[in-house]
Amino acid sequence: MSIHKTAATAGNEREHALALLRQMLLIRRFEEKAAELYSAGKIRGFLHLYIGEEAIAVGAMQALAVEDAVVATYREHGQALARGVPAGKIMSEMYGKANGCSRGRGGSMHMFDAGRRFYGGYAIVAGGLPVAVGLALADKMQERPAVTACFFGEGAVAEGEFHESLNLAALWRLPVLFLCENNLYAMGTALARSESQTDIHLKAQNYNIPAEAVDGMDVLAVESATQRAVAQVRRGDGPYFLELRTYRYRAHSMSDPELYRSKEEVAQWRGRDPISLFDAYLRTQGMLDDAELQTLETGVANDIDWAVAEAEKGGCEPVSDLARDVYGSVAT
Amino acid sequence: MAKMTYREAVRSAMRDALRADPRVFLMGEDVGKYGGAFGVSHGLLEEFGPTRIRDTPLSESTFVGAGIGAALGGMRPIVEVMTINFSLLALDQIVNNAATLRHMSGGQFGVPLLVRMATGGGRQLAAQHSHSLEGWYAHIPGIKVVTPATVADARGLLLAALKEPDPVLMFEHATLYPLEGESEDGTPMEIGRAALRRRGKDVSLIAYGGALGKTERAAAQLAELGVDAEVIDLRSLRPLDTEMILASVARTHRAVIVEEAWKTGGFAAEVSACIMEGAFDALDAPVARVCGAEVPMPYAQALEQAALPQPETIVKAVQGLF
Repeated sequence: MSIHKTAATAGNEREHALALLRQMLLIRRFEEKAAELYSAGKIRGFLHLYIGEEAIAVGAMQALAVEDAVVATYREHGQALARGVPAGKIMSEMYGKANGCSRGRGGSMHMFDAGRRFYGGYAIVAGGLPVAVGLALADKMQERPAVTACFFGEGAVAEGEFHESLNLAALWRLPVLFLCENNLYAMGTALARSESQTDIHLKAQNYNIPAEAVDGMDVLAVESATQRAVAQVRRGDGPYFLELRTYRYRAHSMSDPELYRSKEEVAQWRGRDPISLFDAYLRTQGMLDDAELQTLETGVANDIDWAVAEAEKGGCEPVSDLARDVYGSVAT
Repeated sequence: MAKMTYREAVRSAMRDALRADPRVFLMGEDVGKYGGAFGVSHGLLEEFGPTRIRDTPLSESTFVGAGIGAALGGMRPIVEVMTINFSLLALDQIVNNAATLRHMSGGQFGVPLLVRMATGGGRQLAAQHSHSLEGWYAHIPGIKVVTPATVADARGLLLAALKEPDPVLMFEHATLYPLEGESEDGTPMEIGRAALRRRGKDVSLIAYGGALGKTERAAAQLAELGVDAEVIDLRSLRPLDTEMILASVARTHRAVIVEEAWKTGGFAAEVSACIMEGAFDALDAPVARVCGAEVPMPYAQALEQAALPQPETIVKAVQGLF
């Protein structure tokens, strides 16, 4: 693990590093609060937690500019937070409130934010990949220098849309950054039980897409790999593929009894917790101490309190508006 | 107005749109060098180049999904899925993404996408190339479904679809491509309006797409038999012009719905239910349906023709109401 110096970070490495840590902590604590609120019945439906994978959303998002687009999955609270969607809008969405980032129509799995080019959570595995390819096509055809970052899990690799999308993006040299979050389990099916080739980035290479595997528990490694990849994509060299190796500590969703993996395995991965790893590294660099960490935790806790308060006091969409936003108005 | 074929009408509407709006582009299997499986896009690659006329790999789900993404990104894509049979490979993108994104995003995003495809049987292509599943798509809120049956509508509805802020699926019955007729007069069409093709007082025959011609022939035969049939061409399955259907049934007191699709759970059942709900008291006979036979489409000509509605079967169904 080492601090990657870029124009953006030169001279203020500590500030940048603490910002990364704070974002990871925000996601972690946000997710813990979401689980608590789910148990309390405030959040319903499906809830897929990102705990353990924070380094990916936080590291990758550093490389994206405002003009870039993001496509995510049903496990997208982390990406939404890291992209800057306000925590209160996300929490309100999970409460099903009208002030949620999708007006209460999406819930946990479908967060959208047009202003941040956050094109949403897609809850059919691999369903977001073709959309990302199309967004990149639109940018390319309109000669905008934007990159579309497309997050998906390794379960998507088994779907036909994965292969079709990689092929089309490579064939048309589209500015897509494919970010495969390999947390080793497609719901309860271990990678080795579903794929004949478990080195996923090799599949991308077969489509002539530059691809590499990255330690997804190391926020700095994710950040620097993504910066390299985005720079290449933005140059117009076509898509890039990163396989980010990570682990999901929590169950697939709140209704998962976790019969498919051992406690020992989970404990082993907890030993490589992205937040603990980064915390330890920053202390060796003299960039973090207990007091600083406490300051960060307090700030994050305040943000989450605000988010919950916003969700609690948010109004419900009136039932009379049930049918709004099914169709738009025809241009005249 | 100009005389042209249905195929030329679709092409000329696309050409007009491509000339008028730089955001419009066409993609699909064999739309470029080949000129379209049905010759619809012939010549467009030469005029507009490979950036705007894009041949795709055989990846229906992904090129339809890419159309959705391109629409989200500010383009005005026309996606040609060669036939409705292959659109089943893109159902996920159409149903889960195109139809839902506006609502699911709380109105932040719309998907102004036109997906065109050939539909229907009658060409001895057997069970995997003869589907009439447009009624399935009409089931889904968030998309619009148009089924042009005339040359004028092929142009008019395509141009209207490109003004829609939401996904429109356009089903072109494959037997209609060589049909000749007058193109539309340039008056903008509105999606959701049925057309009264023949005025009559004794029975309302309700059809769309490839079934319209047979229905009109049935109406001519009925006239010789002394039955004055009204013919309604739905043109759009979603939204459905229930107003015109109900007004017609209120005048004629009888209705026969004609479609190529299978009867069970078909679109004719939807139209029938609309009549029950809105014009029950006006009916002098039960609503009748003339639909495709409940078999996978057979290859042999006589069998296929027997599986499809025919003027004679329509006439017989009408006679059964009196």
